[in-house]
Amino acid sequence: MPGNIWVVAEHWQGSPTDAAFEALALGRELADGLGVALEAVVLGSDTGGLAAALGAADRIVAVDHPALSDPIGDVAARTIAALAAERRPEVVLVPITNLGWDLIGLLPARIGCPMVNFVQDASVVDGRIEAASLVYGGKMSTRVAVPAGPAVLAVLPGTRPAEAGRITGPPPVDRVAMDVDPGLIEFCGYREPEAGDVDITRQDVLVAIGRGIGGQGNVELAEELAELLGGAVCGSRPVIDQGWLPMSRQVGKSGHQVKPKLYLALGVSGAPEHVEGMRDAELIIAVNSDPDAPIFRVAHYGVGADLLDVVPELIDRLEAAGKR
Amino acid sequence: MKILVLLKMVPDVVEELEVAPDGRALDTEFLRLIVNERDDHALEQALLLREDAGGEVVVAGLDAPEVDDVLFSALAKGADRAIKLTGFPEGSGAPAVAGMVAGTLPSIDGLLPVDLILTGCQALDDLDGMIGPLLAAALDLPYLGLVAAATVEDGGMLVSKEYSGGVLGDFRVELPAVLGIQAAAKPPRYVPIAKVRQAMSTGTIEGVAASPAGPAPSIEVIEMTKPESAGHAEMITGSPSEAAARIAAVLTDRGLL
Ligand SMILES: Cc1cc2nc3c(=O)[nH]c(=O)nc-3n(C[C@H](O)[C@H](O)[C@H](O)COP(=O)(O)OP(=O)(O)OC[C@H]3O[C@@H](n4cnc5c(N)ncnc54)[C@H](O)[C@@H]3O)c2cc1C
Ligand SMILES: Nc1ncnc2c1ncn2[C@@H]1O[C@H](COP(=O)(O)O)[C@@H](O)[C@H]1O
Repeated sequence: MPGNIWVVAEHWQGSPTDAAFEALALGRELADGLGVALEAVVLGSDTGGLAAALGAADRIVAVDHPALSDPIGDVAARTIAALAAERRPEVVLVPITNLGWDLIGLLPARIGCPMVNFVQDASVVDGRIEAASLVYGGKMSTRVAVPAGPAVLAVLPGTRPAEAGRITGPPPVDRVAMDVDPGLIEFCGYREPEAGDVDITRQDVLVAIGRGIGGQGNVELAEELAELLGGAVCGSRPVIDQGWLPMSRQVGKSGHQVKPKLYLALGVSGAPEHVEGMRDAELIIAVNSDPDAPIFRVAHYGVGADLLDVVPELIDRLEAAGKR
Repeated sequence: MKILVLLKMVPDVVEELEVAPDGRALDTEFLRLIVNERDDHALEQALLLREDAGGEVVVAGLDAPEVDDVLFSALAKGADRAIKLTGFPEGSGAPAVAGMVAGTLPSIDGLLPVDLILTGCQALDDLDGMIGPLLAAALDLPYLGLVAAATVEDGGMLVSKEYSGGVLGDFRVELPAVLGIQAAAKPPRYVPIAKVRQAMSTGTIEGVAASPAGPAPSIEVIEMTKPESAGHAEMITGSPSEAAARIAAVLTDRGLL
């Protein structure tokens, strides 16, 4: 008999995150497929208010302890590992978010069990779990057999709609009293980012540049195009890391979630961490010289060409159309 | 302060990737390997910490094609010591690699104790684990990942982690510790080829044979495939000027011009 399916229901400012609901939706399918219970694991110092939102689960396993009030992966991993040693879940689903990041690595390390990273889908096949995982920055897909539990599955955002896991009606709560070692890491507080000159989350048109823009010198080209289109320039992580654009312009997992009317992606490969920040844009047009670039899987229109050839032509055309 | 930085060679995903004949892994024949981008940031952060607090930066990498170039280039950037770990069975998963690295570190002359181990926060190639946390667990050290800034402060470190939307979380951690670096405080420094050549003729890479480790958890790959790339997008073909015309037409249709 396989163990239960666990979902680590991460929460932020008092509510479970969308990623937690998405993982619950996937967990529900796996639990039904195996005929076992779905349990939401909730850690914190005051988790009482969270249960009502977690109706997708059959049961909540909650640990409340002062040492769990802060987002320290090290402490959370040791806590869940201790629970897992006793209760032997089949798999533990952990959403891949910046919030849960340290847990993704530390939990399998502390349990001493296998893990599958970048899980994009999972299902029960002949009584065991198979997972599909998106590796190499989204360029390859791998199907793996998940060994008998426990195993940790790190789940990519967007795997299931959050709505599918957002079921209210509080399941029974199993409150576990346990000693929690606060460890050697101390949380000091959050710092909000400095406001940028432009709020990219409020723009209707975004011209996004990736590493393919080639250098700081070409950023101007994107600025010119954005101006003609009445929008702003944003970028992928490497563009920000190189200092070509300020942090406030980053789109993706660590940056902003944007939903403009037009997202024109220039030289962006479309790694999962970027895509989760822009996949809901109304119209996505991508220019990339690599015809296999993963960005073409989320784009509505794609041009497999050098952006340095296409963009000047587009600028000329917009200028000729009287945009300036 | 003594800092160990782990450098990993990963496939350059900008290149075309093909599946091997067994259908379960990448075809390595034409694979171009580069250093994991995050590891470049980890090295930069180590060099910045040494500028501040003094000490020593040791870089280590597992044997892989082109790893010598990367280790020499680390020496050219200012690393004090470069170590190449050899003899890892091909296809070892992350837990096995971490076990072997943890087991091998004590056998390296004059290496331990280190105050800090820096890794990249993640490599994009492995399915089955993350070395930083695995190493931290094996060595019983604290671990913080997604680190975007780190400074030394009386006996410990102040570390900032990235959350979404540019929010940072600040932590204090006792040393020794393992940190997974997302971004260094400054873009990784550039090193001219001439300096790398110089490091090649004057520097040395110390080879160290890996100590065998016990069994480690692993997962079975059933198949690897190339996702249908243009499955979704309507691909616009033709010359750049034709492509530009088509984009403009789409924008006009949608009322965006
Ligand atoms: C925890 C975590 C959080 C992250 N958060 C974010 C995030 O918030 N945002 C983000 O973007 N990334 C994030 N990343 C990084 C992400 O994994 C990718 O590394 C990144 O998105 C890649 O950026 P890119 O597409 O610009 O670069 P690359 O992947 O290097 O792609 C460059 C692309 O440009 C194309 N190209 C090159 N030259 C040209 C040309 N002349 N014309 C046209 N095309 C060209 C290439 O074919 C390639 O597809 C995060 C990673 C981690 C681990
Ligand atoms: N084979 C390896 N050789 C050297 N460093 C490694 C190796 N595997 C992982 N690392 C380090 O661990 C980080 C995370 O990689 P991974 O654990 O593979 O996601 C990398 O960025 C490296 O710093």
